[in-house]
Amino acid sequence: MDKMKLVEQTVMRDDLPEFTAGDTVNVHYRVREGEKERIQQYEGIVINERGEGANKTFIVRKISSNIGVERIFPLYSPFIAKIEVKKRGKVRRSKLFYLRDLKGKAARIQEKDTREKQ
Amino acid sequence: MSGLIGKKVGMTSIFDELGRSIPVTVIEVEPCTITQIKTDESDGYNAVQLAAFDKTGKNVSKAVKGHFDKAGSSPKKVVSEIRDFIPEGLELGDQLTIEDVFNVGDLVDVVGISKGKGFTGVMKRHNFSGVGDQTHGQHNRERAPGSIGQASDPSRVFKGTKMAGRSGNARTKVKNLSVAKILSESNMLLITGSVPGPKGGYLEIYNQSEEVTS
Repeated sequence: MDKMKLVEQTVMRDDLPEFTAGDTVNVHYRVREGEKERIQQYEGIVINERGEGANKTFIVRKISSNIGVERIFPLYSPFIAKIEVKKRGKVRRSKLFYLRDLKGKAARIQEKDTREKQ
Repeated sequence: MSGLIGKKVGMTSIFDELGRSIPVTVIEVEPCTITQIKTDESDGYNAVQLAAFDKTGKNVSKAVKGHFDKAGSSPKKVVSEIRDFIPEGLELGDQLTIEDVFNVGDLVDVVGISKGKGFTGVMKRHNFSGVGDQTHGQHNRERAPGSIGQASDPSRVFKGTKMAGRSGNARTKVKNLSVAKILSESNMLLITGSVPGPKGGYLEIYNQSEEVTS
């Protein structure tokens, strides 16, 4: 499938940081309102990554005024201006859908120890 | 009309200028060689015969080899004829690339051999909706075709009645797809939507638009 990769490389970007499920990220998303364009920030926990190559998407979940909100972003969308990784989470699975059933303190994720081992 | 021969590579998605994600089929289009030009005088109609994808192996008969030699080309796997080819002033042995025939945004028709499905029932083959309920003491008629005709008059089943049978593996044309992107250095053509056939299947791609810049 080398030919397929050749094509997908034209869509993929290399300016985005690596992150995975459990991480807390801040997505800077370009929003067009009429003629004007502004940047909207959306911060939350990554609960899912799916697809590969140019089709990859991820879901960010956050609690906004007591209501759970989830947004699906195509990873290589030109609307994504920047992704900041705020926290690395320590999780034991790749899909964190169990967070949907948890509230408050129980819905927290332990931070991963990213210090290098001595 | 004008067109080229290609090979299906696979599907992916790209983003358009508005940032929307568009599903596309990736088609590899090698430069096609013109192996024969048919005219009203010689054959009674106008057409251009194109050939693409080199044939490997020794089993090329002398007759076939002679036909390709006339155009100064090596033997090719796929040969197909396109009627009333628009770009005029072509000569035997000329090579046509993607840019000669297609522009981004052109409407195209794609012809391929669809994937064979084997012996299938009427629901899959002809989009019948089945008979009866799934519950309420239903017996075994969920996927049945229902009645296939009348009784003593005509006392036969009409020809062409849609029934179960072999499905797929037939020449299929998909119309009005559009060219999403052209990657000329790697000979790739990206077309919106899906096209018939498996990955690696050969396709004929026809340009619908009247004008061609070449």
